Parts: sequence; C-alpha cells; structure tokens
Amino acid sequence: MIAALRHWLDSDIGYSFRSSPTALVAALIALVCGIAALFAPWVAPHNPFDLVTLELANARLPPAWYAEGSKTFLLGTDDQGRDILSAVIYGARISLAVGLASVVLSVVVGVTLGLLAGYLGGWIDAFLMRLCDVMLSFPAILVALLIAGVGRAMFSNAHETLAFGVLILSITLTGWVQYARTVRGSTLVERNKEYVQAARVTGVSSLRIMRRHVLPNVLGPVLVLATIHVATAIITEATLSFLGVGAPPTSPSLGTLIRIGNDYLFSGEWWITIFPGVMLVLIALSVNLLGDWLRDALNPRLR
Amino acid sequence: MSLLRVEHLVVEFPGRRGTLRALDQVSFDIAPGEILGVVGESGAGKSLTGAAIIGLLEPPGHIAGGEIHLEGRRIDNLPPEQMRRIRGRKIGAIFQDPLTSLNPLYSIGRMLVETIMTHLPVSAAEARQRAIRLLKDTGIAAAAERIDHYPHQFSGGMRQRVVIALALAAEPQLIVADEPTTALDVSIQAQIIALLKRLCKERGAAVMLITHDMGVIAETCDRVAVMYAGRIAEIGPVHEIINQPAHPYTRGLMACIPDMTQERDLLHQIDGAMPRLTAIPPGCAFNPRCEQVFERCRQERPELLAAGPTRAACWLHASGGGEP
Amino acid sequence: MLAFILRRLVQAMIVMITVALIAFMLFQYVGDPVTFLLGQDVTPEESRALRAALGLDQPFVVQFWHFLANAAQGEFGFSLRQGVKVSTLIAERFPATIELALVAALLALVIGVPMGVYAALRRGSFLSQVFMTISLLGVSLPTFLIGILLILVFAVQLGWFPSFGRGEVVSIGGWTTGLLTAKGWHHITLPAVTLAIFQLTLIMRLVRAEMLEVLRTDYIKFARARGLTDRAVHFGHALKNTLVPVITITGLQLGGLIAFAIITETVFQWPGMGLLFIQAVNFADIPVMAAYLCLIALIFVVINLSVDLLYFVVDPRLRVDRAGGH
Repeated sequence: MIAALRHWLDSDIGYSFRSSPTALVAALIALVCGIAALFAPWVAPHNPFDLVTLELANARLPPAWYAEGSKTFLLGTDDQGRDILSAVIYGARISLAVGLASVVLSVVVGVTLGLLAGYLGGWIDAFLMRLCDVMLSFPAILVALLIAGVGRAMFSNAHETLAFGVLILSITLTGWVQYARTVRGSTLVERNKEYVQAARVTGVSSLRIMRRHVLPNVLGPVLVLATIHVATAIITEATLSFLGVGAPPTSPSLGTLIRIGNDYLFSGEWWITIFPGVMLVLIALSVNLLGDWLRDALNPRLR
Repeated sequence: MSLLRVEHLVVEFPGRRGTLRALDQVSFDIAPGEILGVVGESGAGKSLTGAAIIGLLEPPGHIAGGEIHLEGRRIDNLPPEQMRRIRGRKIGAIFQDPLTSLNPLYSIGRMLVETIMTHLPVSAAEARQRAIRLLKDTGIAAAAERIDHYPHQFSGGMRQRVVIALALAAEPQLIVADEPTTALDVSIQAQIIALLKRLCKERGAAVMLITHDMGVIAETCDRVAVMYAGRIAEIGPVHEIINQPAHPYTRGLMACIPDMTQERDLLHQIDGAMPRLTAIPPGCAFNPRCEQVFERCRQERPELLAAGPTRAACWLHASGGGEP
Repeated sequence: MLAFILRRLVQAMIVMITVALIAFMLFQYVGDPVTFLLGQDVTPEESRALRAALGLDQPFVVQFWHFLANAAQGEFGFSLRQGVKVSTLIAERFPATIELALVAALLALVIGVPMGVYAALRRGSFLSQVFMTISLLGVSLPTFLIGILLILVFAVQLGWFPSFGRGEVVSIGGWTTGLLTAKGWHHITLPAVTLAIFQLTLIMRLVRAEMLEVLRTDYIKFARARGLTDRAVHFGHALKNTLVPVITITGLQLGGLIAFAIITETVFQWPGMGLLFIQAVNFADIPVMAAYLCLIALIFVVINLSVDLLYFVVDPRLRVDRAGGH
C-alpha cells in the first residue's frame, strides 16, 4: 500500500518536473553552480588565494571583452589582481557551504524540537512555542546580525573557523523556528490518529513512534521549507558578509566579494562587485524556483 | 411549459490522464412550483448538476454537450455577464454549510440589501425593508434588530434561515438547494426543510432539492430523480419511486431505508461500490452490481425507458421485454 | 476585548523584559566594561573602585533593576566608540530611519496590494506571470544588491539621483525631516525604492495567496450564486477578507522595514539608526547595540499591539457580541 502510494507520488512528481520548463532550467543552473563550487580547485582557472601568482600589474583589469581586458582573466580582476571568475567560483563554494550547513543544522534542530513539542505537549510545548513567537516577531536578519555581532565582540581576534561557526550558528538560530512550527503542527495531527494511539497503548516507545510513524508524514513540508530556506540562508549569509560581520576577507564568500567590490563602484570598476552579485542571484533564484515548483508539485491544490 | 429543462447534459473535466465525464446525458425537467428531489450516492453527480444549472462549474469542469433551458430560453451558453443576471434573480442557490456560506465580515443586512439591489430596481431604504420582511418570513425573531448582526452571532440553524432568505431575496423562480440540511443538527433539519417548502410554495418557486436523505425526499418532493455514476437511473413521481421502483438500483436504494412497520434484522445493502468516473463499465453503469444483469446490459447503454409511472434507464423495461 | 488587550499587554511586557535582559547580559558578559573604559593595563584597585562606582559589585538582580530603570528613561550610558551619550546619538538618527521606513512602506503597499489582487484575479494571464516572475526575482535579490544595482544605474551611469546622505533637512521641534525639501525627496528616492522592493514582492505574493484562498471559500461561491457582480464579489467580499491577514503581516513588515533599513542605510550611507547599529556591531560598541536592540523591540511591540487593535476594527467576530448569544 505505502509502496504503491510512493510509486504514484514519484511518478506524479516526476511528471510535474518533466513538464515544467522553469523547474528544469532552475535545476540545471543550480546543478552547474553546485558542481562548479564543489570542484572549485579544478574548475576555476586560477587560484585566487595563491599570493604568489598575484601581480599588481594585473590589478583592476576589465572583463575580457573590453579592449583593455585580458583573455587570461575572463571576468576581469580586482584591486589585487585576483581573477574575478575564480574568486566568484571559490566564493560560491563558501556561500553554498555556509548556506547548506545552516539549513541542515536548522532542520535537525527544528524537526527535533517540533517533534518533541508536538508529541510531548505540556510545558515543553508551551515554552517552545512562546520562544518561536518571540523569534518570529523579529526579522531573521536582525537576530542573525545581533548574534554575529555579539560573537565578534566575544571573540574579537578569533580564528577563521570560529568566525564561520558563529556565522552558521547565527543563521541556524533564526532558521529552526519555521521547521519546529510546521513539524509540531503535523505531529499534533498525527499523534491523535488511531494508529498512533494504538501503538501507544501496545507499549511502543515514544521515540519509536515518532521515528516510525510521525516523522515520515512531516518530511514533505519540511523538504519544501528547506529548499526555499537554502536560498534564504545564502542571502542571509551574503548580507551578513556584506555588512562586515560574516565570512572573513581571507576566505571571502560572495557577500564579502560584493562588499569589497562596492568600494570600486564609483571609479567605474563595476565588474568587481557585479559578477559576484550575478552569481548570488543565479543561485538564489534557481533554488527559489525549485522550491516554488516543489511546493506546487506536492500541493496540487495551489496550482 | 416546464420552468427548467435539461437535455442530454454532459459535463467533463479535462485532466492529463484523459477527460473525465462527470455527467453523461443527463435529462430532466422541472415544472413551475414543483419540488424535484435529486438523490444518489456521493459522487453520483448531483451537486455537479446543480452547479451546471447555475453556471458555476469549477474550472476545468465545463459543459461539453447538451442544453439547459430556463423558461424556454437557452442559458447554458450565455455570456458570463448575462448568466450572472440570471443567478439570484431567476435561480437562487442554497449550499450545504450555512457556517461557511456567509461572509464573516459582512452583516447579514448588508448581504441581503446588496443582493436585492443587484437585481431589483429599488432604493436602499426599500431594499432594507424587504430584507427585514424576508428575515421575518424565515422565522427570525426581532428581524429589524438582528439585520445588523454578523453571521457569527447566529446559530447554525439560524444561519441557514439567513441563507434561505438570501437565496429568495430577488424572488427567483427556481431554487437549487444542495444538501441544505446535511450540516445541521438532526433536530433542526426538519424545520429548515419545512421552512424551505413553505416559502417556495408561497412564492410559487420551484425547488431542485439535492440530498441523499430519502426521508427528506419522501416528505418534501413531488418528483424524484435517482442519479448513479453521472447518469439518471430513474425519474418519476415520489410515491411511485418509493413504492414501486423500476430500476434495480432504485430498488436497492429503497431497500436501504429502515422500515418501521416491518420487523427486519438486517438492513439491505447493495454489494460493491459505485464505479469511479475513470472506470465506468460499458453498457449500463450499474451492471456489475445488478442482481438482474443480462447480456444486453453489458453492451448497450439504456436510455430512460417508460416503466409504468416512472421512467428508468434499464433494459428490463425495453418494449417487448429485454429479458432473455 | 479588555481581557484580550490585557493579555497582549502582558505578553508585550514579557517580550520587553526578555529583550532588556538580553541587552543587560550583553553589558555584563560581552567584554568587560571596565576594560573598555580604562584600557588593558589597569591596577586591581582602580578596577575595583570603578566597579563600585558603576555598581558592578552589586547583586545581579539589583544591577538588572538599575539597568531597567535607566533604560525606561532612555538612558544607556555612553557610546564606547564616540564617547557621546547613546540617547543623544539615537535621537539624532531616529527621524532618518523612520522617514525612510515609512516612505518605503507606503510605496510597497500602494504598488504591492494592487499587483497581488491582479495576479490573483487574472491568474494565468501574461501580466500575472510577469508579476510572479518579478516577485520571485525580488525575493532572490538581496536588498543590498538591489541598492548597489540602483546606485550603479541611476547614480553612477545616469547621474539622476544622489547615492548617499539625506540631502537637505529641516528641523521641526528636534525632528529633522527631509520630506519638506526637494533635495530631501531627491535623496530618499533610491534608498526608499531599495527598501520597498523586497517588501513589495512579499506583500504582492501574500495578497495573491490570501486572495486565492478567499476566492475558494463557500461564501464567495454563495456570493456568486446570488448573482452579485464580479466587482462586488472581488473588491467587496474577497478583498475585505483578504486584507484581514494582510494587515497583520504588513504591520509586522513595518518592523521588518526598520530592521532591513540597516542594510539600505549601509549601502546608501543613510544617517539613520541602522547605520549607527552596524557601526556599533563592527566596533563592538555594546551600549549602542543594547540601546538599539531595546528601541527596536519597543517599536515592534508597539506595532504588534496596534495591529491587534486594528483587528477589532476590521473583524466583527472579535468585537463584543452585542446580541449576547444566538
């Protein structure tokens, strides 16, 4: 029965995917960006962090299609002579890594707390939901900024790893709420169904019931949330980095690159800031499109 | 002349797995002032028939064949704006759930006045007077005061009275009532049905009463149409349908009603289930469940055939006897 | 209703006290204020004397109480970076941020709501698809990038609008406004548009989704069945019900706008509270951070309360039941 249902779901989703050109294109872009980021050391034409190869003579070169441009640096160079294309690929790698890590952590924390709140109820539930209310009444970016800012204040000359830790933590702490709420809602519904009640009566442990019966039912909505959250997390990371409290300049994410390039906007070197921006939008847009498509595909009523 | 005539109505839902035919060659008519009951299991197409008549089929559902005539004028192909003028003015509608049928942010007076002024050339003050009178007629006490109340201030039964008042506001000649009492308490159901019947009789309005409650049909209707899998199985005067049903399905349906006068241990039930719209068998749609099935039923689809006082879509009533 | 408002007030108090506690903990545990004030090389005696002078040797609860009492009067001490009273700094910056947020909110509402209504009513039409694509682009474009793009196009390339500062401001009773001078409007255009775009797309998507939801309800079906005109159904029944949830979110968005102003203000060097805050974050200027945090929380709480009160005006279900039963 479940296998048949799953098969039907698969084929339905599969059909919806095949028949949606937007989803296909978005998936393709996301895939290309993802692969480029994953294999950055092999894909990027230069190593932008190898100080030996940097030459100031190559600084602030425009993209290759300009007369002053150079074929070696397809998208131009920044103020230190770094190849923009390579910097963008490495930057995307960092942005994606931070974004994905934050989402995974958020899902783990949110789903766990949501299950607990929904299944156990009582004061745990009341406390967690109050906490969610308070968290949700403030914009995520503000909370993340605050955490990142406090993190900086506490470990002022911190190691790079710690900086990333704080960054991921700040995005996670604002991201788990949506999962907790959704999962709690579905858990409440599932908990009162007869088969769960029956399992309880026959003495199956709570943990087992949650894992076997409740968890599979909440994965659909969580998947949709998580997909869109990847885009949000990447944008949040970029924003924090742009504001100077995110990824350190030594390992620049896309946001850091935009921040650096922003200083050269008025002197006409637009490419230093625009290309990282384009990459950021490409990633965020394709992931958002995929998330939108997934939500519609899982919930046909909305179409 | 009949008030409403439905001829060979076909309603289809195009989908990517092919087109679903939800109503197939449905034909019936309603005389002025007559109450026609429409019964059948859920999914038989009762509500769809009502929606098609008032021109509010949910897309992608659409009328794919047949005609609907109101007072001799064809209405199934009217432009939306003309059909809108008919809704409320000529055909009123009542839906199942009075709790959700009323806009929570509008006072009932505002909804009544709005409906009256949309269709009738009266002033706002006049419309309000009419609205108060309507509320009084539907049995709402202190109507002049309660007209400014909001839906949430009324109980379920009271709200259905308001819904009836709204349906009758522009004095339509036909009311399509889709399960008007299903969502209500059993104790209130009879009152609402009696009210609906009285109000329509007073105003000479005909009613198409969609329900699955045979008790309501027996007490209220003049004639009954029995629907099965998007088709009409049998249609005829209420007394005959109940006492001497001609279609095996109707017979089964009638046998399902508990009879107080007879001592019986078990209620009758019809074996099997109504086919899904994707899998309607060829021939008579009822043939897999019919106790009197024979070869012709599996091959040819029966039209409505005269079967004594009623008409039934069943080969048992083919002239010259269909039975082998 | 009174009970509801009381409950809300209590909730608001709890939020404020929680935020104040967080701000207080910042003071207490993030960096030692004594070190901040006296520098690293300080004798234990000096340190102890200052601690006593600042009241830092008193019990936690007493200190928190002092903090609350001071905060309630807008007193957060001196900025570590600028040595100026925090309350003065904030008061200077407050009008700039509020004006920016209000202009942006107005823009977002005036454009976003009609777009959302249209996208819901003409679902599937070409223009609706364009709107939806734009909105997705708006959600995927980070605010700071929108600002950079606008600067690049309208300030650097075309030179139509200035890219930083407030321009000419007029002071009315301590409130500096840029909305009374042509220069002020000239300066606020790009930042306001930047700030509005993200909110606009959110409002549009929200209005569209809510409207579609409402259009599916039974009472809309029943309104159609009564032969009401499309106008009455769409812009009377449907829109009114759509706006109830939209009011909440939009109200909360106003708070969001003030927070997002941090980004916009950074991009456009807009001399508001956001810029002040981000500078404070970068320099670990705890008193300014704490004050900003408390002020933002206060603004949020006030907005939330106002939204709740607005609900009573719009939704009769929440008003006192005049009939007293059925």
